[in-house]
Amino acid sequence: MCGIVGLFLKDRSLERHLGQLLSEMLITMTDRGPDSAGIAIYGSAAEGKAKVTIQSAKSEADFARLEDDLAKAGIPANVSIKSTHAVIAIAADKLTAIRPILATLRPDVRVMGSGDSVEIYKETGLPKDVVARFSVRSMGGSHGIGHTRMATESAVTTLGAHPFSTGSDQCLVHNGSLSNHNNLRRELVREGMTFETQNDSEVAAAYLTSEMAKGKDLGQALSGALDDLDGFFTFVVGTKSGFGVVRDPIACKPAVMAETHQYVAFGSEYRALVNLPGIETARVWEPEPATVYFWDHQKVA
Amino acid sequence: MPVIDLAITPLRELNSALHGIQPGSNDLSFEVVNPRGSHSVAVGIDTPVTVEVKGSVGYYCAGMNDGGSVTVHGSAGPGVAENMMSGTVVIEGDASQYAGATGRGGLLVIKGNAASRCGISMKGIDIVVHGNIGHMSAFMGQSGHLVVLGDAGDALGDSLYEAKLFVRGSVKSLGADCIEKELRPEHLTKLVELLEKAGVTGVRPEEFKRYGSARNLYNFNIDNAEAY
Repeated sequence: MCGIVGLFLKDRSLERHLGQLLSEMLITMTDRGPDSAGIAIYGSAAEGKAKVTIQSAKSEADFARLEDDLAKAGIPANVSIKSTHAVIAIAADKLTAIRPILATLRPDVRVMGSGDSVEIYKETGLPKDVVARFSVRSMGGSHGIGHTRMATESAVTTLGAHPFSTGSDQCLVHNGSLSNHNNLRRELVREGMTFETQNDSEVAAAYLTSEMAKGKDLGQALSGALDDLDGFFTFVVGTKSGFGVVRDPIACKPAVMAETHQYVAFGSEYRALVNLPGIETARVWEPEPATVYFWDHQKVA
Repeated sequence: MPVIDLAITPLRELNSALHGIQPGSNDLSFEVVNPRGSHSVAVGIDTPVTVEVKGSVGYYCAGMNDGGSVTVHGSAGPGVAENMMSGTVVIEGDASQYAGATGRGGLLVIKGNAASRCGISMKGIDIVVHGNIGHMSAFMGQSGHLVVLGDAGDALGDSLYEAKLFVRGSVKSLGADCIEKELRPEHLTKLVELLEKAGVTGVRPEEFKRYGSARNLYNFNIDNAEAY
């Protein structure tokens, strides 16, 4: 099944409550996917700064003295540890350089995502435990997406949890199953993309990254997904300033959206939305099949 | 009248109370508040009880209904009134996918729009939708009536058997073996009856077009292989 939630805030006064609102939405979707949970939150971006979210199964050993080791390798960084994850704040121009250095310094560390503003937290276990472990409730931000997973296509592991991030400030959550992901993965590998898992959703994320790298915006990349991806899907995706939704032409995976002057929200079920402010008077609708829905902070007046 | 607050009372207690109504009971009207998208609200009713749900419900509301009158003052999630046997279900808002699926009897009224696969495999139920319906509606419909005041999405009535479909607005496309058919006097009479039951006023039955099965795909014929 899987449960998806997403919240894109238009009203800045709600930004400090983003983590709280998303946490409630995610926990409500526990019975759609109790295997693992994950959340991507877009916080404020500091000028000239970038963030890298990393994860390690032996976080204590891996995160100890990481700041010092990075500094010695020429990357001054600030490391904030949250359970098995850590967010490394660095200068934006070091974003490309840090990955190979990390791979050498801490070979067991996995990069969950990186960019100007995104932080990604995901683990196996119940959504309520995952939310508590990473103090998601206390996080603020402009938009975010979350996922509760009922595993179908690949193993129940931290890396198999959503969101999947394959490009700077990009991430994707998926409900469904793709049938042409192996072929597509091979094509993307030929283009130079790398993959961490055998998961079909990672292929979808990489596909969008690849299309956007060719100059498409998120809306155009999602339109392309309708032609190039085969299978069942409801995708909710985030970019630095944008939030998009698309369903396959069969559209048997559930989806409900709500919009008010304060926010746009997505849930696999209406239940996920019932605690949002003003939901009683929101415009609530089911997104049409094979139709791209897309919002962007840079385009919201 | 019993009022069940689903913010306090577990759903199972509501459904048990509805199932436990004894013949001759006077408590035949229930109000349900704070459904907040709960699944399976008022399923399996088998007595002529009235249930007023104040808010939106999730999956399978009023499923298998046999004789009850359920009104949802909000919207309904997937599978509302699935496999209804008899009685009436009214949704004041919109309904999600496969509303009235496999229904064998009774009347389902959706005052807003219905999503995809409305009336899929319907087997005798009557469905009246005041708004639009989504793609693949009445797929494999076997009997009963689907009346749509608005527009229908792609592949209406795909692989249709003997369900009768009436659409007032546009039809994006017809599914395999579904064709437009003549609207005869008996159909106009039936439409008047259904519209009246569904509380529709100011609409004439002549405004509808009728769709039904071309009956070419009932039995497998190799010459029709392309059409399946």
